Amino acid sequence: MSNRRVRTAMVLGLAAAAVAVPFLFGPYRVGQFTLVLVYAVAVLGLNLLVGYSGQISLGHGAFFALGAYTAALLIEKASVPHLLSVPAAGVVCFAAGFLFGVPALRLHGLYLALVTLGLAIALPQLIKRFDGLTEGTQGLTVDQPVAPGWLGLADDQFLYLLSLALAAVMFLLAWNMTRGQLGRAVRAVRDREIAASTLGVNLAATKTRVFAVSAAYAGVAGAMYVFAIGFVAPEAFTLTISFAFLAAIVVGGLATISGALFGALFIEFVPVYASDVDVALTGVIYGGVLIAFMWLLPEGAAGLPRRLRALAARRHRAAEEKTQEGRLTQREGVA
Amino acid sequence: MTGRWRIAWLAVLALVALALAACGRDEEEGSGDPGISDDSIKLGGSYPFSGPASAYRSIAVGARAHFKFVNANGGVDGRKIDFVTLDDAYEPPRAVQNARRLIQQEEVFALFNTLGTPNNMAIWDFVNKQEVPHLFVATGASSWGEDVEGHPWTIGWQPDYVTESQVYADFLEKEKPDAKVAVLYQNDAFGEDLLNGFKDAIEGTDIEIVAEESYEVTDPTVASQMSKLASSDADTFLNITTPKFSAQAIAAAAKLDWKVLHILNNVGASKKLVLEPVGLENAQGIVSTSYFMDPEAAQFADAPAMVEYKDAMERFEPRADEEDPFHVYGWAVASTMVKALEGMEEPTREALMDSVRKLDTEIPILLPGIEVKTDGTEDGYPIEAMQIMRFEKENWELLDEVIQAPH
Repeated sequence: MSNRRVRTAMVLGLAAAAVAVPFLFGPYRVGQFTLVLVYAVAVLGLNLLVGYSGQISLGHGAFFALGAYTAALLIEKASVPHLLSVPAAGVVCFAAGFLFGVPALRLHGLYLALVTLGLAIALPQLIKRFDGLTEGTQGLTVDQPVAPGWLGLADDQFLYLLSLALAAVMFLLAWNMTRGQLGRAVRAVRDREIAASTLGVNLAATKTRVFAVSAAYAGVAGAMYVFAIGFVAPEAFTLTISFAFLAAIVVGGLATISGALFGALFIEFVPVYASDVDVALTGVIYGGVLIAFMWLLPEGAAGLPRRLRALAARRHRAAEEKTQEGRLTQREGVA
Repeated sequence: MTGRWRIAWLAVLALVALALAACGRDEEEGSGDPGISDDSIKLGGSYPFSGPASAYRSIAVGARAHFKFVNANGGVDGRKIDFVTLDDAYEPPRAVQNARRLIQQEEVFALFNTLGTPNNMAIWDFVNKQEVPHLFVATGASSWGEDVEGHPWTIGWQPDYVTESQVYADFLEKEKPDAKVAVLYQNDAFGEDLLNGFKDAIEGTDIEIVAEESYEVTDPTVASQMSKLASSDADTFLNITTPKFSAQAIAAAAKLDWKVLHILNNVGASKKLVLEPVGLENAQGIVSTSYFMDPEAAQFADAPAMVEYKDAMERFEPRADEEDPFHVYGWAVASTMVKALEGMEEPTREALMDSVRKLDTEIPILLPGIEVKTDGTEDGYPIEAMQIMRFEKENWELLDEVIQAPH
């Protein structure tokens, strides 16, 4: 009970801090935090797939790109309002994830990883091929959402708060999902496939659904990305972004919802600081930090409290054993 | 129990309300524009220091060497130039982040020479909205000068691809007025810019395009396109390619024994990157264009501008290869920036743009006769001339005179 209360307090504290961000930092920093929220949604989606269902996708950058282009084209070519483009991107990616998932999910583990990798390699080329629609390598400039005058907010602050609201909705949905029927089925599939199927879980349907939901998350993040950057080009969606998402879920912590936020902070800020240390060594430093992280916190950042608690418990137990031993010897002494 | 909870809730709500009440942000309205003081000017650039296009980093190094050289000689009207560069790995979203950081965090006076067509495309709306000078971008797309009204803070520098194609058309009209041209071009903004410029330029002449083949920058080879072009009845080959494909096309032409007048665009005319790998014997007689001095050419070894450049490179960037033409490019564009700063009537961004829009100067390390000139507000093309060169024996030899493109 008290555990739960602590958690609620932490969530509320985090929410308050998140709302305060745009009023504490300058526009550039606020822009960075907006991107953190964007990445957090994509990472959360990938975590639903990898962390909860145990399947690996190396190609979530492709769904991210699909969502981004869906939103960009709707806004620029069809003059759809910004907010409507978000669910549209989600639906398109859900459908794409579903169609793609049906054949691919009959494949296990590494095979699925390879198929999704292929998707991530192919998509930027496809975007270039359809240059009549996508403007090819030139990229597409998209109008960013503008703060309504009566709010009295600067555009970057408004953009951040809008992203925060969208991210909050996505996080709540994920939280609900992992605790509901789908969440239980998914975890059962991950841990013991055969047992799950004997209990009546439809393996293929469950996996396909998770894959599609996960793709939809990447798509929504893609649309949010368009708002934040105001520009899409195929070069923005290379393999690097797919791998960054994967790194983020591992750094943040597999199968944890809060981990997505930490992972997103990591992939936004660490490369920037790494290139400040030395532009020529950016990759080396980023890679080094990643390796160090895996050594020190193999469960990811979200595993830190658990690790600390385990450590404390071990100490406590050791201490208790000692006092007990002491008492025993004392008694022996008396005897 | 529940009471304590209610208090916590209220505290959170109060915090949120407080934050919202503090809405907006105190906009600091200082006296002048940011990034400039009586003794310093801060400029910002975004370059691919890492990633696939990292060869272009040399441009930043050449520019930095020039600014250090100017600072060592007292700066611009007593102001020392502080040149902040960030890495974008040639990725447009990182260029966007960098532009934000340079303008909002570093508070630079102007963006200078940000590199790459897609990267500049990604930032130019933002930069113009912020009303920050976006000067001498390192890309040859013709867009930068086309929309001066919509993007008054942006300007290009190097001869754009349309200018280059006009120079080729002009050359053909003199040398081969009834040329039948076969074209190989890269299927993107760059290739189309050059090809369409050429088509416009030959309209009304007896020059005609008899064959056209395109490739994607991701294609492994252009061999099949080349054999199709070689089987046409063309007597001239216009090679619109980036370095890797320039080399493949030259090699394929040699293998197919296709002996026609070969025009190679400036982007692919690097001796080190393109011609040496395919063998100089296959490059004899190829025609291309240039607009700045080749640091390897014997004919410029004693030119004062070249001597000054090489001395400064040795002094300020001793680890850099002074024979890399990208260093010369960086040096030349930085020289232009210094001229623009010198022409400011007062230390404001507006004044800098006024100076940029009425440049009229010669940069000594550019080829003799090439002017850096803008006339009034509508002109977004500082350099609009190039010189034809032909590869003979070991080196590029300049032909005739500088050709002014009739933009």
